[in-house]
Amino acid sequence: MITTTTLYDRFIDLYKENETSREEGWLKNLRDTAFEAFATEGFPHIKMEDWRFTNVTPFLKENYHLQPRRAASLHGRHNAAQIPSLDAYEVVLKNGMLNEDIAIPGVKISPLRTALQNSNFQHYLGKYIPIHKHPFAALNTAFFEHGIVIEVDKKAICDKPVHITHVYNAEEPVFVQPRILIIAHPGSKVEIVESLVVIGDKPLFINSVSECYIGENARADQYNLQIAPVNTHIVNFKQTIQQSNSLYNNHTYNLPEASLIRNNLHLDLNGVNTESHLYGLYLPGGTQLTDNHTVVNHLFPNCFSNELYKGVLRDSSRGVFSGRIYVHQDAQKTNAFQQNNNILFSDNATIDSKPQLEIFADDVKCSHGSTVGSLNKEALFYLRSRGIGEAAARNLLVRAFAFDVTDKIQIPAVKDYIEQVIIHKMEETHHEQ
Amino acid sequence: MLNIKNLQAKVEDKQILKGIDLQVNAGEIHAIMGPNGSGKSSLASVLTGRENFEVTGGEVSFDGKNLLEMSPEDRAREGLFLAFQYPVEVPGVSNINFLRTALNEIRAYHNEPPMEAKEFLRLTKEKQKLVEFDARLTNRSLNEGFSGGEKKRNEIFQLAMLNPKLAILDETDSGLDIDALRVVSSGVNKLRSDKNAFIVITHYQRLLEYIVPDFVHVLYNGRIVKSGTKELALELEEKGYDWIKEPAATASV
Repeated sequence: MITTTTLYDRFIDLYKENETSREEGWLKNLRDTAFEAFATEGFPHIKMEDWRFTNVTPFLKENYHLQPRRAASLHGRHNAAQIPSLDAYEVVLKNGMLNEDIAIPGVKISPLRTALQNSNFQHYLGKYIPIHKHPFAALNTAFFEHGIVIEVDKKAICDKPVHITHVYNAEEPVFVQPRILIIAHPGSKVEIVESLVVIGDKPLFINSVSECYIGENARADQYNLQIAPVNTHIVNFKQTIQQSNSLYNNHTYNLPEASLIRNNLHLDLNGVNTESHLYGLYLPGGTQLTDNHTVVNHLFPNCFSNELYKGVLRDSSRGVFSGRIYVHQDAQKTNAFQQNNNILFSDNATIDSKPQLEIFADDVKCSHGSTVGSLNKEALFYLRSRGIGEAAARNLLVRAFAFDVTDKIQIPAVKDYIEQVIIHKMEETHHEQ
Repeated sequence: MLNIKNLQAKVEDKQILKGIDLQVNAGEIHAIMGPNGSGKSSLASVLTGRENFEVTGGEVSFDGKNLLEMSPEDRAREGLFLAFQYPVEVPGVSNINFLRTALNEIRAYHNEPPMEAKEFLRLTKEKQKLVEFDARLTNRSLNEGFSGGEKKRNEIFQLAMLNPKLAILDETDSGLDIDALRVVSSGVNKLRSDKNAFIVITHYQRLLEYIVPDFVHVLYNGRIVKSGTKELALELEEKGYDWIKEPAATASV
């Protein structure tokens, strides 16, 4: 029976089955609206402009468990992802769950379920996510059960990064929908590093949504380190809202071997004088598909946004970059820059790059650009002619190419770790040739 | 040291080198001159193993080893160096890291341990001074944003650091003002010894006023058509290349 029912149908049925046990009030309304949006749209398909290059259908055919197993099934087998010598507040989510509150000076980290009993969060949760355009985000909103809320007090400076390790049990096929809400109140500062640990080798579909609210004069840095086994499929929607005079830095790393990584990063600049930097590096190998869709909404005057995404595509991997900068009519004196550079490391690798600028204000400075090339043969010969072996020369050039992005990592342990992963992955590539 | 016999090579379907014979011994400086398109730079490319050149005949031995069978990096490790006509800009790779990597790879090839950091620093300072290379440039990305003269000086600085047996200078004088030319050539003169050798490829005689060659060869149409001493360079300066071309052209008919 189950094998002939589509995943879509199973979610529709599941929502109806759970009707009675669902929360009341604002959360119910939020979920119902999201569910309607998902029920109407269904899963995205390649005829939708935003999904033209990324066909998720093959990844939806598994007979997934739709409710994550209990955290207990991970008892004693979880650990924070290893980032050597990272000095951070460690937060481990088992199948999306946090068991109890974690108190850090100036920061409160709570399980989503208990936090949402506070109706104050209705002013944040799901407030800005365009669920009607994003079926996966709608699905998450309708069904999310677990996750965390991170609240940074007004003027609190979090002295160490918060490292969230998502541990998932994939000993059977499972579809998980974690949710993260980050609120950095005015004048605060926080750095958040997220990484993944997957136990088991069955298909794991992660449909995550995270929202980050950055108050006036606050600063938030997010690092998203997407390293997971081949049977992991990730669809992530990240919504960030910036208030006046705030600073936001996002660092996204798509690394082997998860077969699908699709990121939507939406940034709304909701006040004047904001600054935002979006840095991304993708290094897919094998038949991996990594897709980064970013949207930057300039809504107010005098904001600065800068986006740099770089990709090195190996083997038969595929990459997609779509970046949209939208400068609204009121957003005069906007400075918005976007750059996407790619190296195709193999004849079988593909990249689709789509930079877009939409400008409705008349006094702005904006630019965008995209390049696709192969490793500079002249440079390779130059290095080799000085006695540097071919593999070492290639590594040197790839690291140099990635340097603009990796150099922006402000946590030394994370930077070292990422550089080591890049070296390691490039060496693997060479062995395969 | 270097023994080239009847070397022939082509690029795509075009025959570029049509039988070159040249012997270079330790302690010697050879100048290779010739009009544009005669095959001077191609000879340098073939000797250093550039990919798109295909050797179609002849042989090259370097200290008794078959040079043509080696990868470009092994040729360098055996002691061959090419000062590029157009040094490549490599953003993101620092000049100094590049040199340390190169130096240590060459040492590893000869079963020597990596150079101590302190020793490397000392060597760097010494060679910078020797070739009057601006210390600020050593920490920058390799050749990125360097002026033409700075790039050429960097080639000579690398030459000094890697201390090869045989260095080929490919039109190192092109695009150099008189000051840079003096610096580059005085660097080379300080580096020459009875253990190493140089092949200086140039279009003009002016570099040879500073780096005085033992032998001058004229390359035309893929062959060495005339060899002589430094006086030949002066004669070429005076008469141009036409008098060389004519008998060669007649001979090839």
